[in-house]
Amino acid sequence: MTSLSKDSQPAVQPRSSLDKNLDRGFIWLTLLFALAVAGVLIWMTVVVGIGAIPAMLKYGVGFIFSSNWDAVNDEYGALPQLYGTLVSSIIALIFAVPIGLGVALFLSEDYLPTRIQVVIVFLVELLAAIPSVVYGLWGIAVLVPIMKAIGGQIYNLFGWIPIFGTPPSATGLGMLPAGLVLAVMVLPTIAAISRDALISLPPDLRQAAVGLGATRWEAIIKILVPAAFSGIVGAIMLALGRALGETMAVTLLIGNSNNISASILAPGSTISSLLALKFAEADGLQVSALMYSALLLFAITLLVNVLAEMLVRRVQRI
Amino acid sequence: MLNLKSLFQQSPITSPMTVNKSNVNQTEPVLRAENVDIYYGDFLAVKGISMDIPKNRITAFIGPSGCGKSTLLRCYNRLNDLIKIFRIGEQSKIYYHNQNLYAPDIDPVEVRRRIGMVFQKPNPFPKSIYDNIAFGPRLNGYKGDMDELVERSLRGAALWDEVKDKLKQSGLSLSGGQQQRLCIARAIAVQPDVILMDEPCSALDPISTLRVEDLLHELKEQYTIVIVTHNMQQASRVSDMTAFFNVEPTDKGGRMGYLVEYDRTEVIFQSPKEESTREYVSGRFG
Repeated sequence: MTSLSKDSQPAVQPRSSLDKNLDRGFIWLTLLFALAVAGVLIWMTVVVGIGAIPAMLKYGVGFIFSSNWDAVNDEYGALPQLYGTLVSSIIALIFAVPIGLGVALFLSEDYLPTRIQVVIVFLVELLAAIPSVVYGLWGIAVLVPIMKAIGGQIYNLFGWIPIFGTPPSATGLGMLPAGLVLAVMVLPTIAAISRDALISLPPDLRQAAVGLGATRWEAIIKILVPAAFSGIVGAIMLALGRALGETMAVTLLIGNSNNISASILAPGSTISSLLALKFAEADGLQVSALMYSALLLFAITLLVNVLAEMLVRRVQRI
Repeated sequence: MLNLKSLFQQSPITSPMTVNKSNVNQTEPVLRAENVDIYYGDFLAVKGISMDIPKNRITAFIGPSGCGKSTLLRCYNRLNDLIKIFRIGEQSKIYYHNQNLYAPDIDPVEVRRRIGMVFQKPNPFPKSIYDNIAFGPRLNGYKGDMDELVERSLRGAALWDEVKDKLKQSGLSLSGGQQQRLCIARAIAVQPDVILMDEPCSALDPISTLRVEDLLHELKEQYTIVIVTHNMQQASRVSDMTAFFNVEPTDKGGRMGYLVEYDRTEVIFQSPKEESTREYVSGRFG
């Protein structure tokens, strides 16, 4: 490589070889970091997968459909936990998605003076920083007494609907309080990321809609939210991922009963609460069974993310 | 609906900028600005604009950056309402036919349905071409044949032949010039009275620019058009009337835009009355 003539541009020195090597080195460094993340993910899968092999060989697919958890006879199945994981997360999303989207919309519009808005945005994001055990304790201190007080009323009034079809447990613990606490926990994720998606839309979009005679409401619902759809779905999926894997708060609130009930007033359990409770005392095949359920949780999360990606692509094709 | 004669008698136009009524180019005014001051917060950005926009003509706003021509344009359909600190002077009036657009009982949403807007950067919605056009009519509760309206609007914007086989594709898949014509089609789909254009060709290549300019000539048969442009040749090519705005520093350190001269385009470009107009249109500043 010949260097360009020096004399014509005295202010420009040729790039030193150190400079060029730093440039190249930086590319390799970032590549290394990127690969390290993927490597950790694969490593975790392999470790959990190897641990799960004995249980997979013994129980096969039947593990998913069995609701036994019998350490004495070494009979294991994770159906109640799979069910509880999905139901508690769905309850969380049912509450958190509309509220979180509402918060995101409110905070992305200019309803509030900027100074107040900044404070509220900060508070919402702070909500995400609270440790989950604190949420669990808050649930025990606030939600559980409320459930004790009104759970019976709900059952009396709406007991004919299957989802309220059992009397609440005397402890007040159950799927509903667990789902509600999960809703509060994932709310900031949905609100903050959806808001980011909304405020990063080009201002021309709103102007175009308003210029055609759309009201603020019409511009939001018909143009801005669809345009930010991929970001909003991303927010919901991150929230769902957190809800599926959340351990501490759920373990404190769900009641940890190996039980499948259509009623959300009944106690249940989730895969992560099962792992948290059993792993310390487990040995032999039970450890393998727990690894197997962890792998299932992993698979659910992966499936959710793939479905979300497909949904986003489908919508974006228009 | 119109009672312009009586309106004229009630509020005689005091501005010296008003065009001679005997002008062959002059038709009845559709939009009339009277002593319009525009503030951002306490800061006076545009001062004392009085002018008439004639019907079925193309009126061009020219002037250096910061002279307030885009700001004034956006007053005509109250798009500036989106800016919180925007405010129009208390004595300022903008009449659309004989209604003051800034009267308290006027709904800005209604205004924007009659006075459409095409923006500087093509800004199609991230929806299909068809839905881009249908958006406005659907808002207005259009009951007729939507397919027919979409076709008519796209034909009106000279885009139909290029997109008729891909109406379901995203509006964003089109080229920049096509996107801008899509935005024009979207604006005319609501059958407005006036179309405001804010530098509609500044993001387009010369060929797309020419297509849009040709389109403007066809559109003025049906619509009144106001176009802001930085391109002097464009103003002289397309417009019937030209308004030259200038900007001067204020003692508070801000800059204030004002109307220098407003006349038929050939007068502005060939024998302007003001020296600054002559300098600007001949390219000596700005």
